[in-house]
This record gives sequence, structure tokens and C-alpha cells, in this order.
Amino acid sequence: MNRTALLIRLSPWLFTIGLFVVWEAAVHIFKIPVFFLPPPTAIAQAFVDYAGPLARNSWITLQTTLIGFALAVGFGLLLGLVVGWSRAIYAGLYPLMIGFNAIPKVALVPILVLWFGIGFIPAVLTAFLISFFPIVVNVATGLATIEPELEDVLKALGASKLDIMRKVGIPRTLPYFFGSLKVAITLAFVGSVISESVASNYGIGNLMLQAQAQFQVPLIFAGLVVLAVEGIAMYAAMAILERRMTGWAQRSGFAQA
Amino acid sequence: MSAFVTLDGVDHAYAGAGSALAVEGLSIAVEQGEFAAVVGPSGCGKSTLMKLATGLQFPRSGSVTVAGAQVKASVKIAGMAFQAPTLLPWRTTLENLMLPLEIVEPYRSEMRRRRAEFRERAEKLLASVGLSGQGNKFPWELSGGMQQRASLCRALIHQPQLLMLDEPFGALDAFTREELWCVIRDLQAASKITVILVTHDLREAVFLADRVFVMSSRPGRIVVERKIDLPRPRDLEVTFTPAFTDIVHELRGHIVKARQ
Ligand SMILES: Nc1ncnc2c1ncn2[C@@H]1O[C@H](COP(=O)(O)OP(=O)(O)O)[C@@H](O)[C@H]1O
Ligand SMILES: [Mg+2]
Repeated sequence: MNRTALLIRLSPWLFTIGLFVVWEAAVHIFKIPVFFLPPPTAIAQAFVDYAGPLARNSWITLQTTLIGFALAVGFGLLLGLVVGWSRAIYAGLYPLMIGFNAIPKVALVPILVLWFGIGFIPAVLTAFLISFFPIVVNVATGLATIEPELEDVLKALGASKLDIMRKVGIPRTLPYFFGSLKVAITLAFVGSVISESVASNYGIGNLMLQAQAQFQVPLIFAGLVVLAVEGIAMYAAMAILERRMTGWAQRSGFAQA
Repeated sequence: MSAFVTLDGVDHAYAGAGSALAVEGLSIAVEQGEFAAVVGPSGCGKSTLMKLATGLQFPRSGSVTVAGAQVKASVKIAGMAFQAPTLLPWRTTLENLMLPLEIVEPYRSEMRRRRAEFRERAEKLLASVGLSGQGNKFPWELSGGMQQRASLCRALIHQPQLLMLDEPFGALDAFTREELWCVIRDLQAASKITVILVTHDLREAVFLADRVFVMSSRPGRIVVERKIDLPRPRDLEVTFTPAFTDIVHELRGHIVKARQ
């Protein structure tokens, strides 16, 4: 590996460390009070002091997000296939879906609480509701954009709609589908944290809210760091999954061969 | 005896296009084993003719018969290739060739048992268009001309009696195009398959075809039918002879008239 390549590999870490160094220095130089902007060292101290609650609650948030996300994948895939299957269904459902997607999902939390009470279930459902839409749209788009000539080639051979879906539609939809998972998991995470902050006794969202009430500012920031790390980890997992599953769409074999 | 492919007095309008006809009073008869070329201005209904003859569209009035039978469903004895090669990027070239066999009977139900034999057939076909040993490459590893060759193979893999080509060489450079003319010429000479070639290249039509049909502008119908009696086998050199250019000129005159 030459020097530039090494530098590029290291640079995300260098920039992250640099950010914390500048932050720490700024807090000390400008004498910013801890209750306004705590320095990274204070946040680190909060991690040590509250390791138990942080670990427990971040685990809950992660679970909430993943369950909501799994529901969104199942439902989104199914609805996407249905919507992409027929133009009539597409035309009928599209305005409904747009309308539903336009509703800020935080506005649904009170209704979910009314139905299911405060806690885990509204958070899972918020994560689900906020994240299925991009999956539906991507799957349906993949199906709807089959080249008409290719469809003609197969139809002329007597292929049924199901044949065309199996041989062409679904495989060509996979890159769209896996691409949408990155977006969906990020949204699911947003959904579960929103719901936790508004209507739950658990999770990082709730922990941050309580820390705020008790004016434990370093702990609030520790919560933010946990969210950032979890968010990056989930996004990265989906990006890796996408690369694994749809190598042909990225022509990566070509570049590496 | 009636022709192999017959359209008789066909009117057709696409759903959603209102009553605007795409073709009107379209009649054409192509004999078995014949190489027919259809030329005409853009949008005149050449692709529509293809779709009518393969059972992808059904006429509003008039009749379409292929191989002695009225066309009521898709015509499974036809293979098709278009300007875009439309190969599936997640399948190797060989697997792309096998696609029609996974669809059309009787191959479909015999796929599992005879897979090795089918693969061999696909490899032979690839070799016959100059792609031997390329079967394991993905389409995006092939040049445009090679992809188009593979697309031709896919059209032929189920041993159709009728080959429908819709501007198959339109996107290729001049040299590659002429190479592929020879590929098609040899394939047709060897198998005596009936070919209907849609093209906007008059030299291509005259070089390859036994008969050239000129269509009017929309709504399309056949306005001129020209027998090409240049001797076969034809070599690319023939395209520089006066006899050849005379025919091209003559057809050009008809096209210019058709566009008015
Ligand atoms: N699917 C379709 N729906 C509506 N109109 C169509 C459709 N396909 C073709 N047409 C119309 O029919 C006419 C003939 O089209 P086409 O057969 O594709 O022409 P060509 O292949 O000669 O360029 C054109 O005017 C075109 O706009
Ligand atoms: Mg066309």
C-alpha cells in the first residue's frame, strides 16, 4: 500500500480524533461551562459512571430498531412486489402511500400510545412505520422498470407474468432493495428514538430525556455518542450486505479482476 | 400454398392511443426460408408489425397467420432480438442464452435432465457467431458487438422457425455492423430459417434480404415490395457494385416519397 492509500484509510480516524481534540481545546480555551457544552473528557467520564444504564438502554434501542426494521423489510418487500406487479394496483396505492409518507411519524406516536400504551410496542411500530416506505418504493421501481424489449422477448416465448417476475423482475430488483435497506435502517433508528423520547420508560431516547431533566449534560452527550455509533454500525452492516448480495450491479468484480 | 407469415389488411391501434392507428391496411406475406427486410420512416409501425407477427399485439381488424395458424397467443416458434442486447447482467453469457429454454416448452420441463446437453448447444451457438469460450463472461465484460452476437444466440437457442430482428445493429459502429451482417447471413444460409429484419439502413436491407418491403409513414402500410436478385452467397464486396447501389438508390427514392 502506498502512502496516499494509507492516508486515505486512516483519514476518517484522524478527522474524528481531530474533532474531539479541537472540541476539548475549545471548551478549555473559551471556558465553556460543562452544563452548556461538556468536553469530550467529561463525556468519557459519563460513559464510565453510567456504563450500566447506557449499555442496557442502548441494547433496548437497538432491539427496538431491529424489530421495527425487520417488520418494515417483510412488509415493504411484500407491498413492493404487489405494487410493482400491476399498474392498476400501482396507480391505486401510490397516492395513498405518498399521503401516508407525508405524515410526520412523530404525529402518530400519541395514537400508538392510545392503542398500545407507553413503552416498547409504540417504539417498534414507529420504527416500522417510518422505514417501510423507501423499501416499497425501491422494490416497486425495480419491478416497474424492466426493459419492455426484454419483456417482449420472454412474452413471445409464452412466459407468464410470474415467469417474468422470477427470472427478471426479482433479480433486477435486488440492488434497489438492498440499496433501500441503508436508508430504511437509518429511518427505523430515528423512529425508535423519537418514540422513546416521547412515550417510553426505556431506551437511549428516554435516558437522554431523563438526563436532561436532571441536568446531567455530559450524560446527554454520551447518549448522542451512543446513537452515532449505533447508527454508523447499522448503516455499515447494510452497506456490506448490499455489496455482498449485488456485486453484479456494482460491476465490482470487473474492477478487482 | 399460403406464405409462412401473413398479415392481411391489418389495422392496429395501441390501447391508450385512442383511435389513432399505428398501422392501417397492412398486408405482407413472407415465404418459409425467406429473408425479408422491412424499411420505413421512424414511427411508421415497423416494431408494431413485429409485435403483431409474434402475438404480442393483436390486430383491431384483419388477420395474422404464422405457420398456417391464426395468431391468437404468443408465437413460440419465433426468436427476437432488438437494438439493445437486453442481456441480464447477473447471468453469465451462457446462462443468458439458456433463459429461453427455461421458459419455452418442451425444454422447460426437460431443463433439469438435459441441462448439460443444452449448455453444449449454447456453447456451439456461441462458437458459430465467433464467441467461443466467452460463455462464462458476464455481458458487461463483452463489447457492444459481442453482446449483440450473444443476443442473437439467445434468439436462436430454442431453434425457432422464425427470427424477428428489430433494428438489431442500429447501435453498433459501421465495422462491427458489417461483421454482424455476415454473421446473420451465414446463420440464415446454414439453417434456412425465415427472417424478418426491421432496419433503417437500406444497405443492410439490400445486402441481407431476398425481398425488401418499404412502409409508408404512420399509419404504416407496405407501399413498395422489391425483390433483391443479387446472387448468393453475397460478399461484402457486393455492396460496392453498381447493381447494389442502384437498388439502394431506388429504395431511397421510395422512402423519401413515403415520408411525404
Ligand atoms: N405501446 C404503445 N402505446 C401507444 N402507442 C404506441 C406504442 N408503441 C408504439 N406506438 C405508436 O405506434 C406508432 C408505430 O410505432 P412503432 O411500431 O414502434 O414504429 P417504428 O418501429 O416503425 O419506429 C408510433 O406512432 C408510436 O408512437
Ligand atoms: Mg421500432
